[in-house]
Amino acid sequence: MTAEQFDSRLLDYAQREPRMPSGEDRSNDDLDIALDERKEMYEQLQVLRQFEKRAYDLFLQNLVKGTSHLSLGMEAIATGFGQAMRPDDYSFATYRGHAHTLARGADLGPVLAELLGRENGILKGKGGSMHLTSVEHGMMGSYAIIGAHLTIANGTAWAAQMRGTDQVTVCFFGDGTTNIGAFHEALNFAVIWDLPVIFVCENNLYMEYTPIDLITAVDNPAADRAPAYGLERILIDGNDADEVYETARRVISRARAGGGPSLVEALTYREQGHSRADPGKYRPPQEVAAWKEHDPIPLYHQRLLRLGVSESELSQITQDVARRVDDATEFAKSGANPGEEHLLSDVWADGGSAWRN
Amino acid sequence: MGEVNLAQALNGALDTALGSDSRVVLLGEDIGRTGGVFRITDGLLDTHGGERVFDTPVAESGIVGAAFGMAVAGMRPVAEIQFMGFSYPAYDQVINHVARIRNRSNHRFAAPMVIRVPYGGGIGAAEHHSESTESIYAHIPGIKVVVPSTPRDARGLLLAAIEDPDPVVFLEPIRLYRAVKEDIPDIYYTVDIGPVRVEREGEDITLISWGAMMKETRQAAVRLESEGVSVEVLDVRTLSPLDRGGLADSVEKTGRAVIIHEAPLTGGFGGEIAASIQERCLYSLLSPIVRVTGWDTVFPLKRSETHYLPAVDRIVNAAEKTLEG
Repeated sequence: MTAEQFDSRLLDYAQREPRMPSGEDRSNDDLDIALDERKEMYEQLQVLRQFEKRAYDLFLQNLVKGTSHLSLGMEAIATGFGQAMRPDDYSFATYRGHAHTLARGADLGPVLAELLGRENGILKGKGGSMHLTSVEHGMMGSYAIIGAHLTIANGTAWAAQMRGTDQVTVCFFGDGTTNIGAFHEALNFAVIWDLPVIFVCENNLYMEYTPIDLITAVDNPAADRAPAYGLERILIDGNDADEVYETARRVISRARAGGGPSLVEALTYREQGHSRADPGKYRPPQEVAAWKEHDPIPLYHQRLLRLGVSESELSQITQDVARRVDDATEFAKSGANPGEEHLLSDVWADGGSAWRN
Repeated sequence: MGEVNLAQALNGALDTALGSDSRVVLLGEDIGRTGGVFRITDGLLDTHGGERVFDTPVAESGIVGAAFGMAVAGMRPVAEIQFMGFSYPAYDQVINHVARIRNRSNHRFAAPMVIRVPYGGGIGAAEHHSESTESIYAHIPGIKVVVPSTPRDARGLLLAAIEDPDPVVFLEPIRLYRAVKEDIPDIYYTVDIGPVRVEREGEDITLISWGAMMKETRQAAVRLESEGVSVEVLDVRTLSPLDRGGLADSVEKTGRAVIIHEAPLTGGFGGEIAASIQERCLYSLLSPIVRVTGWDTVFPLKRSETHYLPAVDRIVNAAEKTLEG
């Protein structure tokens, strides 16, 4: 493809109707989900949204060092799957993993402190934004090399299968991952070993700065490839927490019962750019606007109102979350910077980094 | 166990590990019914069953990634990569994740796993099947690199590697698989990862090597002894973490060192060893440290293999030149 051809494709992309999930929001009102669970998910959506906004504010104050990748606009996926997972299930995320760590139950304060690189961080400031991990919550790590963690997720699924614990592994990744070899290696392994693993493609339409459509052989980068591995084609609205939850419940219980792996493609959209360095200006304004109209939080807010929850109750949830995020911020800011000794610790099992002698 | 070759010693070690620790599993290409490309896992599928010993697709990143996932979930996987040149597709997993998870997770996760990699030339199979790129693994903090050259060490080091709380790249010298035999104990024993082994004691010069090149190094030592030179031979055995003290102790005594490896000279692990020795023994050195290595080129086809691999003559010549100094 010449540069001219690529530019013309980009131009064509910019003039297209924005790609949106099919179906009406209202149709999911009828899903068999208890109201209490829905309120929990509303709270979780608020947590993820307000946490990421705070992370962004702290970045602007130069308190979050280095880069980080926010999932503003994509909260419904972590929320729906988090709600459907058992506490002892395993999850894996990418460098865009704040939401997936919190959705497994990790405390806000230590996670925010980790973003700030402080000693009171969940990993004592050794992992940072891109490597969030929480052993206690089955959050097996955030992996910042595209595709690698899909094969690793097979390993934890395999261990669970061998031990007969019926734990399920859920592995989140972006649309860009579907074009790397490890994605295909992992799917094949999972199918031939019949593993209890769910691969969840968060298709936010962009591989970093490039529309995924322009560089992928099929329209739906994950769903269209599922049949090649003998898997069901699952394409859902990733901005509707109920639709995500419903799908998650189904594929997780299937895997738990020995029914093998699933590949889910959840359509969603990044509210912002790829990382802190990216204003996201390459995106057509009408696409940004269309997805803004399909933001997971107002969408869910409206649903709960339709289902009879009062505005004041929702407002109370929102305010409570705001207080928790404020507390987490204070906690994070109060942490010390890591001392020099941290640099040379924990390379080996003896806790050090020294070679033999 | 009686007299066994290096391949049998490894097979026996894997059998022992599978029998003594239910967390141990073996995975790799053709390792099940076929018993592996070098038959190192021969018979283990029958003895331990398909849940413990199983075939994978040809997908090295997938193999090492899955093994890593098993390890962080509490298993003790042993992955086989068929040849060193095939390990590079999995290098991302090794360098980015396997080696770093302990540090990155603030010590909460570990990757106790072994990646077995047959390596080295001498079998006439060119490039990917013959190379010796141990230095690219030894360069990475967080991963141990072990290379046995005798059946006794092969069994003891492999059992130690499987027990080890840190990940180990276990390099197996292809051309020694069936070239050396010795009596080894038929019991569970380990050989410490780390210390060099003083294979032969001497006073005039230290020959330092590991893995497959130990064969030529031993032959060179015999020839030099016949010329009246007292030769000390060190088998490094563990490249990472490196026994810098053990190396220094020997050269402190002899004042002369020749390092032999089949990897290319530039960036080869001999450079690290030479630097370490001069840092510790400069004022005891009677002559410059010399390296006898493969050439800075691509590992050749069979007809040129003997030109590439350091021959006994080259080692002896280098030693004699060193002794003149």
